[in-house]
Amino acid sequence: MYIELKHINKAFGDFKASDDVSFGIEKGRLVGLLGPSGSGKTTILRIIAGLEHQDSGDVFINGKLVNDINASQRGIGFVFQNYALFPYMTVYDNIAYGLKVQKKSRELIKERVRELLKLVELPKLEKRYPEQLSGGQKQRIAFARALAPNPQLLLLDEPFAAIDAKVRQELRTWLKDMITQIGITSIFVTHDQDEAIEITDQIIVTNRGRVEQVGTPMDIYRNPHTPFVARFIGNSTILSEYGRLKGFDADLSKPYGVVRPEYVKVSKYGVIQKYQNALEEGIVKKVTFRGGYTELTVDMNGIELKAIHSLNDEIVSLGEKVNVLIYQIYVFDDTQAYQLINKNLNDSSLYYI
Amino acid sequence: MSKFNNSGYVRKESIWKKIIQKGLLTWLILLVLWFIASLYYTDDFLPSPLTTLKGAISIVTNGTLKEDVAISLLRVAKGWSLGVAVAVMLGLVVGQFKIFGWILEPFLSFFRFVPAIGLLTLFLMWFGVGEKSKVVLIFYATIFPVMVNTIAGVRAVDTSLVQAAESMGASGIRIFFTVVVPSSIPNIFTGIRLGLSGAIISIVAAEMLASQSGLGYLIYTSRMYYRTDWIFTGILTLGLLGFLADRLLQFLGGRYLKHFGVKI
Ligand SMILES: Nc1ncnc2c1ncn2[C@@H]1O[C@H](COP(=O)(O)OP(=O)(O)OP(=O)(O)O)[C@@H](O)[C@H]1O
Ligand SMILES: [Mg+2]
Repeated sequence: MYIELKHINKAFGDFKASDDVSFGIEKGRLVGLLGPSGSGKTTILRIIAGLEHQDSGDVFINGKLVNDINASQRGIGFVFQNYALFPYMTVYDNIAYGLKVQKKSRELIKERVRELLKLVELPKLEKRYPEQLSGGQKQRIAFARALAPNPQLLLLDEPFAAIDAKVRQELRTWLKDMITQIGITSIFVTHDQDEAIEITDQIIVTNRGRVEQVGTPMDIYRNPHTPFVARFIGNSTILSEYGRLKGFDADLSKPYGVVRPEYVKVSKYGVIQKYQNALEEGIVKKVTFRGGYTELTVDMNGIELKAIHSLNDEIVSLGEKVNVLIYQIYVFDDTQAYQLINKNLNDSSLYYI
Repeated sequence: MSKFNNSGYVRKESIWKKIIQKGLLTWLILLVLWFIASLYYTDDFLPSPLTTLKGAISIVTNGTLKEDVAISLLRVAKGWSLGVAVAVMLGLVVGQFKIFGWILEPFLSFFRFVPAIGLLTLFLMWFGVGEKSKVVLIFYATIFPVMVNTIAGVRAVDTSLVQAAESMGASGIRIFFTVVVPSSIPNIFTGIRLGLSGAIISIVAAEMLASQSGLGYLIYTSRMYYRTDWIFTGILTLGLLGFLADRLLQFLGGRYLKHFGVKI
């Protein structure tokens, strides 16, 4: 493991911002710290960077215990949520800052700054001041500045939080490519699951200061281990009486279930002949066009859930009676989540739409 | 914007707006009120604008005004620049290092409320009636606003900038000079401006009480000759000097310190 956190605890007053946090990250990975606001993501990042000190627990970087090493000696690049560019320095001086600290020669600094500006695709902006840059440009400059001293680890705190949706999408892909190209181990904080799922190799889900689950995006998405993850990931609907659904038996030790829209298939009433004992009836309560697909909300005898309806499927309209097929749900007790497949479906090819 | 508009009406409106914005209208109204008021009183009590202008011309042409202005300005320049230099340095240190804060702040919060004029008698005793006591007085009047603002500036430094520098490996000293000092510049600048007005106020008062020269002396002694018009001239000159000095500072600040966040 390149980075290792062992039993990290950090409290602010009575509040536990990190509660027995442990995880490891391999070299060269792009890891996402995903969790709701206030779940302790920034705190973890700051502890790794040495900007905050844990109350107990150990941080190892490259096998070395760094608990007593100052932030300035850890060799970590940090991209702040608000960029934290020096407003009184030009773009050039901002990027050169870390190199000047390292007492690099003028020529070398010049060369490296040019190289980085080219890397972030903003070669003409060196004389500008931060206030003369757009949000996306500031973001890239902050990224270049953090990379300039050649850190072994890059930490990014919600790097796209202040950027509008469209540019955000572009920057995300750009950042992913950039990090892969450089091959630097990176941890990046987000509370946007799409962002985490899209660009990371590994996701660490946090909630209330605890690590809920660590895994690949696919893993986290398909096999949520805890009730929190099952609810948090995906566009989930919570079901309190899942035993009423055809093909699912209530398990009293696991009272709650969640269902995701992509595991629900809605079709015109009476069209599907197979799986009669798995097929439900429902009424369309809401139709939301999402661009690439339509999201339907259907009511099945008091149980409301969402379904994805492909544009290729036959159009159903508001108030229409439809058939609903639920492939799988997640059920959970207080600590663990389990996948539950509709037992009346035996054609496994239909599981995922 | 009206530059691109050919309609005469719009242009006229913008000229009026400009006149009001620049405060010219205010001055015009004051001048008229002053003139009207002066009709009811003798020149010894309230000279008219015209009498004042004549009086002003007489002391301008005989060189008295110029001399007094020069003397006052020189005193202010000496005491104020010295005060700024010392106060900025002290303020930076006090703001940055807690221990100096603990030592100096009780002293600061006490003397802040003792105006320079309150100490004039002491300064005269200690430094004599010459230039020295006046420069010390200005120095004293300047250091408090500058120091207080500098300290506030240092303490308001954006911690994420400090941490950004830290994460790039910068040492404490480097952070002080490359982050703390530049970030404090807007506050320091405000302190310097406040210090200047404090300095001008104090020097005039000091010259009235204990001096044979300067603008304050001019204003004070004119009373003995019943030259109310000279008193008015002195007062107007004083206001104008302060205004111009502050404008000059603002101009320089806006020009050279813009990127540090100095707003004018
Ligand atoms: N310096 C501090 N003093 C007191 N409480 C703090 C401090 N820093 C963080 N906290 C608290 O610790 C908790 C976790 O904070 P943290 O910033 O790590 O959350 P986060 O997951 O990054 O949230 P967000 O997504 O909103 O940025 C929050 O409840 C916060 O109020
Ligand atoms: Mg945060």
